[in-house]
Amino acid sequence: MNFLAVMGRITFGFLQAAGRLGIFAATTISHMIAPPFYFRSLIQQMMTIGYYSLPVVGLTALFTGAALALNIYEGGSRFNAESALPTIVVIGIVRELGPVLCGLIVAGRVSASMAAEIGTMRVTEQIDAMATLSTDPFKYLIAPRVVATTLMMPFMLVIVADVIGVMGGFLIATGKLGFNAGNYMSVTMDFLEIKDIYASLTKAAVFGFFISLMGCYHGYYSRGGAQGVGIATTNAVVSACMLILLSNYIVTEIFFAT
Amino acid sequence: MIDTPKISLKGLHKQFGQKIVLDSIDLDIMPGESMVIIGGSGSGKSVTLKCILGLLHPESGSIKVDGEETIGMGRKDRKRIQEKFGMLFQSAALFDSLPVWENVTFGLLAAGKIKRPDAKEIAIENLRSVGLSPDVALLSPAELSGGMQKRVGLARAIASKPEIIFFDEPTTGLDPIMADVINELIVERVKEMGVTALTITHDMSSVRKIADKVAMIYKGNIIWSGPRNDIDNSGNAYVEQFIHGRAEGPIQMEVLKA
Repeated sequence: MNFLAVMGRITFGFLQAAGRLGIFAATTISHMIAPPFYFRSLIQQMMTIGYYSLPVVGLTALFTGAALALNIYEGGSRFNAESALPTIVVIGIVRELGPVLCGLIVAGRVSASMAAEIGTMRVTEQIDAMATLSTDPFKYLIAPRVVATTLMMPFMLVIVADVIGVMGGFLIATGKLGFNAGNYMSVTMDFLEIKDIYASLTKAAVFGFFISLMGCYHGYYSRGGAQGVGIATTNAVVSACMLILLSNYIVTEIFFAT
Repeated sequence: MIDTPKISLKGLHKQFGQKIVLDSIDLDIMPGESMVIIGGSGSGKSVTLKCILGLLHPESGSIKVDGEETIGMGRKDRKRIQEKFGMLFQSAALFDSLPVWENVTFGLLAAGKIKRPDAKEIAIENLRSVGLSPDVALLSPAELSGGMQKRVGLARAIASKPEIIFFDEPTTGLDPIMADVINELIVERVKEMGVTALTITHDMSSVRKIADKVAMIYKGNIIWSGPRNDIDNSGNAYVEQFIHGRAEGPIQMEVLKA
């Protein structure tokens, strides 16, 4: 009996959270597409999320591309397939590692910061104050953050991650493993399909939406002072990472399942 | 002819889970009147205020502003009603990411009622009216003392020239002299602007300075209301105990004794 009660409570809790998140997402989307738009706030967020995330995303992509090249070369040499290195690096980076690693890094950086900022505003009554000043917090705080992350992920961060990641592999292959630079680039370009790029950018946009949605959602509903903000921040990062990995599989299935 | 109350509450009921916070609140506030609601911590003062402001949704009852029912109102109508309100929060609730001048003019800028280049001048004008010098406009809220933050909060509340101003514990956390300065400012601004004011407090010196009428809330009901001058002869044992701050009386605090 007790066990059933516990299971019931867990199920109700889950359904309640799912419903609240669904309503939050629908409200956010309605504010993203309906005026008024706060362009100043949007540009500020684009700078914070896009421009200031570039160094960490660039470094991650560079070292991942380099390590990937070393691994593929060593693994490929076991069955004389070293020459497949440029192909595997470009497909691995563009289809998978570029968007996923970039998403996870941005989730750690951006989702946490959004949850902490909005959560602090919630517990210090700044969000209530905004509402009393006839300004919808969804319009002013949440919509610009979600739009900025959804745009910056594909059109700035993941494009840069893809290019630098491939460059990391190129530098190791030509500088250390004896590949010819011209051949390497030519093979890379030959095997890269437009579909790979579409998949990469689609994943980036989906990840960007989830990263900002989770940061804003957990911050908006945080309560109970500093501890509540801390919990909201942790939950934002964990749930954003989970959604990135889940949606990564779904988008891959849509694009590449035969 | 009988005036329509500026704010009219009838049978207002609000509960959180099983805990009834507002049982059945009935209260009328006439135009130009300064009403102060007193009551102990947890008696439901803040919840009453938040219900009127639309930040909390009551389970039942009626809230009318200028004779117009606000419960169940659509987003557009709610915004129109919100534009009549100004609010000074207990913690001032200033936006810590914005300088003081942007805090003061936030509502006007967000609503597009003023242009950004004019905003600083308008903010300085409002800051002067609460006794702050123009150089405060460029500071950030974190650089201000508690008393200055309250005054900036007051400047923000009056900047949009509201018809009704709400004050949530305006003197909490201030020394007696600064508390009196804030009380004086509230009286001056309210009289000069001819607005209706609703203050919640448990500070009796505020009550004696600010109020035209006083209402006492206890266990979610208004148990006494009348003109300020009648409060010392209310004939109500609860009011007597509260205004004299006695531990003995009909109001029993839930304190566990060792």
